Amino acid sequence: MSTFQYDVLVIGAGGAGLMAALYASKSANTAVLSKLYPTRSHTGAAQGGISAALGNHEEDHWEWHAYDTVKGSDYLGDQDAIEIMCREAIDVVIELEHMGLPFDRTPEGKIAQRPFGGHTRNYGEAPVRRACHAADRTGHMILQTLYQQCIKHNVNFFDEFQVLDLIIEDGVCKGAIAYEIDTGEIHTFHAKAVILATGGWGKCWSVTSNAFTLTGDGAAIVLRHGVPLEDMEFFQFHPTGIWKMGILITEGVRGEGGILRNNLGERFMERYSPTLKDLAPRDVVSRAIYMEIREGRGIDGKDYVYLDATHLGRERIEKKLPDIADFCRTYLGIDPAEQPMPVQPTAHYAMGGIPTDVDGRVIVDANNTPLYGLYAAGEVACVSVHGANRLGTNSLLDLVVFGRRAGIHAAAFANEIEFQPIPDNADEPTRELVERVRTHDGDENVATIRAEMQKLMMNNVGVFRTEELLTEAVEKLKELKERARNISIQDKGKRFNQDLLEAIELYNLLDLAEVTALSALNRTESRGAHSREDYPERDDENWLKHTLIYREEDGSYRFDYKPVTITKFEPKPRVY
Amino acid sequence: MKVKLRIKRFNPEKDKEPWWGEYDVEMDPTDRVLDALHYVKWHIDGTLTLRRSCGHGICGSDAMRINGVNRLACKVLLRDVAPVVTVEPILGLPVIKDLVVDMEPFMAQYRSVMPYFVNDEPPPPRERLQSPEERAVFDDTTKCILCACCTTSCPSFWARGEYVGPAAIVQAHRFIFDSRDRAAAQRLEILNEPDGIWRCRTVYNCTNACPREIKITEAIAEVKKALLFSRL
Repeated sequence: MSTFQYDVLVIGAGGAGLMAALYASKSANTAVLSKLYPTRSHTGAAQGGISAALGNHEEDHWEWHAYDTVKGSDYLGDQDAIEIMCREAIDVVIELEHMGLPFDRTPEGKIAQRPFGGHTRNYGEAPVRRACHAADRTGHMILQTLYQQCIKHNVNFFDEFQVLDLIIEDGVCKGAIAYEIDTGEIHTFHAKAVILATGGWGKCWSVTSNAFTLTGDGAAIVLRHGVPLEDMEFFQFHPTGIWKMGILITEGVRGEGGILRNNLGERFMERYSPTLKDLAPRDVVSRAIYMEIREGRGIDGKDYVYLDATHLGRERIEKKLPDIADFCRTYLGIDPAEQPMPVQPTAHYAMGGIPTDVDGRVIVDANNTPLYGLYAAGEVACVSVHGANRLGTNSLLDLVVFGRRAGIHAAAFANEIEFQPIPDNADEPTRELVERVRTHDGDENVATIRAEMQKLMMNNVGVFRTEELLTEAVEKLKELKERARNISIQDKGKRFNQDLLEAIELYNLLDLAEVTALSALNRTESRGAHSREDYPERDDENWLKHTLIYREEDGSYRFDYKPVTITKFEPKPRVY
Repeated sequence: MKVKLRIKRFNPEKDKEPWWGEYDVEMDPTDRVLDALHYVKWHIDGTLTLRRSCGHGICGSDAMRINGVNRLACKVLLRDVAPVVTVEPILGLPVIKDLVVDMEPFMAQYRSVMPYFVNDEPPPPRERLQSPEERAVFDDTTKCILCACCTTSCPSFWARGEYVGPAAIVQAHRFIFDSRDRAAAQRLEILNEPDGIWRCRTVYNCTNACPREIKITEAIAEVKKALLFSRL
């Protein structure tokens, strides 16, 4: 065991973590902990683009981008934060280009842009080309570019160190406890500021675009420390995952002109979204697909529809969507230039998460009281810029804009204060947890409980929800949590013990599944990604507010609420 | 379908020598090798250890030797390799446990070639311009996910672990041929060292192994040509 000391500790090495680290390390002694090698982070799987109103093809303004984001969020996004994101988008995308990011180019040599769902010109008139792209591997390019810059600037990395706890005392975060995967050693990291950038928790669901490693570790850890989680009922289902596998097929396919069709061959989105059609926001398209399936118009009566790109021509597909073509060949044995792709909605992105202000500071109540020394950025955080439904391309933007802001603010904060003393036994709870999981002799298995949770979440806490389904989910999750205490693992060793870590990750997933189901049960309206069949209308009078869910010491939960910040755009009916 | 998995196992806390574990599993033909490995890990032997993350060929975690060739376990369907599937760790890097190898020597070689954009001229207020043609020159090598399939399939690397290896050359290529970058000469200097690019014997193993279908041998040839040309 060792104790390390850094001014700023970044946990997670995806887009938000690396951007935060790049900025924090300019003025503060900074280290990055990641349970993976940084280039394995799931930012690398993002495909279609990152939005910024560059106007490289046609007129565009950040205000239009802000309006689209507010409307996309079903008016639940905080408009001050959205304005910051959309304004800084332009500068941050240019900064990425200056870091060497290889965007595709227009004939004039500028960054190329394509249309994406819910992005429009002049406040909703028609689709606009706003998504800056590098083929269909924009996230890969962002992740690689940021990691390259971290190498250039000698950022300290602790690769394959999994964070299991935070040191939080008297409303101040003073560091983290990490498990070195290679050796099984537990280390204490003493820090003046900690930035959580651990990503989402899509592995709560059985059909997901998320990596196996997206288990919501950061969010679950802070929940146990009494920090609330915000808007957990809002989880995005991306409309086009590969049938049964969940692998993401970028919205960029529709941005390039791809069309969704049911078993009659109909372009059904014309009925659900007359103006934007296939480029409606994701919540709208995912619901439409489910409606088609329910009414028997899934392909062969099954639970999928077709995403048709055959009319785009082979050259365009190979040039603009090469990875998609590769996925289709590898996993489906089909050629997207010849055959349509079977798709279904796939659990994709957490709009909710750890509440923060616009500088990434974690806040613990409706009065925006900060938890000093703790920051969060990226998918794990809820600023909230995505509200009830995120627009495509705004996640990559969120990562770099708020990763940068968190890095800058955390470093400035760290440079103003001294290290706060930490107790000698700060790692004690983690040691006990690890020992208990390693040695417990029970008759339950991690994979079995995880699979049951994932199926339950898919069936009961998916695109459409009812009180009955959600109540059942809450009860069953309680049972699963009880059973999970009786897990026994087979690997009792110290070296690279993933058996142990998968058990701890399951505890994290179960906690997040539970607060998701509880928050969904609590919100008796339909807004964005949260569709209650028993409450089909949006209810601004009662529910134009953010949910905060707290875990009490006895394991029970309580709710509180936070007002939505509205600046320019008053809530209106949301039609596309 | 019935699949027999033969997995090379090694746990340094218990084993003096590696051994072969055999597991009979019932899988779908369209399942991936990764699914079969997960089945073993989750339902037969929890001590089986491998890296994986995204599960669809983008993150580069699960490079391994499958029936004698380097592949990502998440990109190989069982129907293409069954009924007997032999899985070993990639070669030439120290084994930590089972299918997990120490990636640090590989990452050190990667870091040695200045794998980052260099241009100290004051940037313009907007993006630096680059024509689609200039962008296309290095497109192929931007696809690299650092999985190490190429380097650990290279006989020159097996023979001498100090060889910088194809993956690092691919990364160098990505910047050497970027019209915006200004450090091509320095990278070429680095690759001109004794353990640099000239240890490539044009065996094409790297190109065959690349899960991203990067034409690695061609990229290496382009860098060699740049070196020769810049010397003339």
